Amino acid sequence: MRNTERRSRKPLTQADALRRVQDEILGHAMEYGLQPFRTVFELINFDEMNEIASYGGFPTRYPHWRFGMEYEELKKGYAYGLQKIYELVINNDPCYAYLMKSNSMVDQKMVIAHVYGHSDFFRNNMWFSQTNRRMIDEIANHGTRIRRYVEKHGQEAVEGFLDAALSLENLIDYHSVYSPYRKRTRYEFIEEPEAAGPRRFKAEHGYMDRYINPPGFLKEQRRRIEAELQKKRRFPEEPVRDVLEFLIEFAPLDTWQRDVLSIVREEAYYFAPQALTKIMNEGWASYWHAKIMTEKALEASEVVDFADHHASVMGMRPGSVNPYKLGVELWRDIEDRWNRGRFGREYEECDDLAKKKAWDLKLGEGREKIFEVRRIYNDITFIDDFLTKEFCLEHKLFVYKFNAQANRYEIADRDFEAIKQSLLFRLTNMGHPIIVVVDGNFRNRAEMLLKHRHEGVDLDVEEGRDTLRNLHRLWQRPVSLDTVVDDQPKLLSFDGTTFKEEDLASPAA
Amino acid sequence: MQRTNTYIKKIEKDHARFRDIIRGQVRKDLRKYIANGEMLGRKGKYTVSIPLPQLRTPTFRYGKNDRTGVGQGEGDVGTPIAPGDPAAPGPGAGDSPGQHVLEVDLTLDELAQILGEELALPRIKPKDRSSILIEHTKYTGISRVGPESLRHFKRTYKEALKRAVAMGTYDPDNPMLIPVREDKRYRSWKIKEVPQNNAVILYMMDVSGSMGDEQKEIVRIEAFWIDTWLRSQYKKLETRYVVHDAAAKEVDRETFYHLKESGGTKISSAYQLCSEMIRKDYSPVEWNVYPFHFSDGDNWGSEDTRKCMEILENELFPRTNVFCYGQVKSAYGSGQFKKDLDEKFVRHEHLITSEIKDKDGIVDSIRDFLGKGK
Repeated sequence: MRNTERRSRKPLTQADALRRVQDEILGHAMEYGLQPFRTVFELINFDEMNEIASYGGFPTRYPHWRFGMEYEELKKGYAYGLQKIYELVINNDPCYAYLMKSNSMVDQKMVIAHVYGHSDFFRNNMWFSQTNRRMIDEIANHGTRIRRYVEKHGQEAVEGFLDAALSLENLIDYHSVYSPYRKRTRYEFIEEPEAAGPRRFKAEHGYMDRYINPPGFLKEQRRRIEAELQKKRRFPEEPVRDVLEFLIEFAPLDTWQRDVLSIVREEAYYFAPQALTKIMNEGWASYWHAKIMTEKALEASEVVDFADHHASVMGMRPGSVNPYKLGVELWRDIEDRWNRGRFGREYEECDDLAKKKAWDLKLGEGREKIFEVRRIYNDITFIDDFLTKEFCLEHKLFVYKFNAQANRYEIADRDFEAIKQSLLFRLTNMGHPIIVVVDGNFRNRAEMLLKHRHEGVDLDVEEGRDTLRNLHRLWQRPVSLDTVVDDQPKLLSFDGTTFKEEDLASPAA
Repeated sequence: MQRTNTYIKKIEKDHARFRDIIRGQVRKDLRKYIANGEMLGRKGKYTVSIPLPQLRTPTFRYGKNDRTGVGQGEGDVGTPIAPGDPAAPGPGAGDSPGQHVLEVDLTLDELAQILGEELALPRIKPKDRSSILIEHTKYTGISRVGPESLRHFKRTYKEALKRAVAMGTYDPDNPMLIPVREDKRYRSWKIKEVPQNNAVILYMMDVSGSMGDEQKEIVRIEAFWIDTWLRSQYKKLETRYVVHDAAAKEVDRETFYHLKESGGTKISSAYQLCSEMIRKDYSPVEWNVYPFHFSDGDNWGSEDTRKCMEILENELFPRTNVFCYGQVKSAYGSGQFKKDLDEKFVRHEHLITSEIKDKDGIVDSIRDFLGKGK
């Protein structure tokens, strides 16, 4: 009887089973207070996964060899069992995520829970607020445009131009990504004010003029106006971080080239928040997959496999930091501290270690706090505010340095401040050197002058030259970079045929 | 489904484009940015690291005095945590710049497979010898009984862990598990009868005065890859080595690669010896025979060359799958021998000749020899 009944029912497909799991996990996530986008899961095989991952998650992306290179790496890595992509999730509304067909059900559950964590983060973190939530369409659109240019102008031309543009991809203003006002409107041509003399007050009597309009003050005013004018004549008025935008607006390019450049810039801005919140975002997703799985979704028979796979995600290679691990531990630490009231002046100033350890005000504000943090922080502020001395000790963090004599990396410091400094330096401008356009009319010959804001670490000069060459390709006039090499300020220039390296005077000490 | 098809094609286009750039067929301007262009390398005795060719777009990035970062783990100040160059990135949170080398441990079989893919080598069709069968054992599954020596440790551990958790006897503070009989899992195997394929490679090398170190190096590298490929195609592969100047003798592998003689050149002496070895040990009914001869193409007079042709035609061609002649370019060699061979045996099905100009030519030469699937 029971047998016939079972047989008459249609067998449950993998997709059906996953749909059920998805609904269940979404229910748990919402109960905990997550607010993910509607999320669409696609079931694909490993090869499709490698392909989509090569395109940064967007199968319709524009054609370029670097995606092919990425593909080769993923394919080989997978074939030799070195790496496997567990999850791939796209910041879009609805959010898209890919599941690997061959994964076991417990892996799928874990990935689905993890994806809802990301989806919630994308939707609610401030740094994502200005990203295009229809990016899937936008990227497909980019793909179409570039393919059209390839047809019209030839592969060599478009690819060569793309290579040059991608070489400058990191020259955007990373820390402005949250701002809706990053489209520049400043470069309108304003006529110089006429006869810009200082304003004089009218004096009833000639002899009073000296007192009403004191000559010293007038002189001062004149100088100020002059300076103001000087500044207006400068181009750009203020140094520009968004070098790509400056090029789009002012480089002598064809329309299609301008468009390609704007595509590269648009995508760079789209991906920037993900890099800006890597530690937080991965930590957040891992925090929630662990919580949902262990408290709600796991079957008894799945515990061992889950523990195994969770541990492999959280695992660290000796001597390095895993952002998943660092993130999840920081989130847990924040939750714990706000649950027990281990923050604020009273706690900080307490110097009784035993008391500090047992500190518990039973505030229970942990959950609320982490939701607040996920809304308004990025990795820099996250590390700056929540990395504590106790945390560094407990998790055995250290600073390593390269020891040239022994030709090896060594532990250099376990001091809290040093660790924090080092992490923050890595995160500042996402680990890229800060480079700005200071002059678009350098030497009054329409040359471009960039300045590297040197923070103690030199550029790779060899590669810098090649990058200048690519910049020259776009600007089409000589380009120079003001930087520091081995404590000596230098000007590196490329005029289209030769490179030049000049020493600059050291800034007055 | 429709969409699936379009993007498969798409990535393959991008991948093919990347391969073309790496191979230097297009966009020669990018050549200088190719890192680790070497396709395959050898490391240790039987393991190989595959460096991935990488093409880097130059960017403004931090240079050499940036080799610092944050790590996690035990150790005092000064404890080494990673070797420096040339091992690439060093630790760092995965975001430190560095060379992109993926090191892979491979068996020679896998290596041969990659070689086959990279060079688009066809699988070799052995001569039909289905009459000789050998037993072939293969581990195919897991069973609950078996000899202890085949116990699958991980599976057994997992079962024991499951049992302990289910029974409530698992103690996280003292996570000791003692597997009972029901927990134990063993590898199980199947026996298949497969037709036997025997193969022998006979390497012959000219060690006369005109073959310099560079020429020998080329022969050594090429022989290694040929060896690797043929081994992947045949279960049992024998290799024999012959060196010759004016006279030929059989040597061991070590000697073959290192011997330096100087004297005249009589290629026929080697072919004569080769022919005798085949006659004595490798009946063409049971064996697939692959003689490879490397020389700089300088032979002692046309009389000897004529003798070589005779031996080839009457003795070697009928008894071998294919006879391969590789001519290494040297400053002293005339390179006449290959010309003579090609003239005499126009597109002969048992002869492949190939010229190796320099180290970069090795890949093409391997393709010449093995690309025909014989």
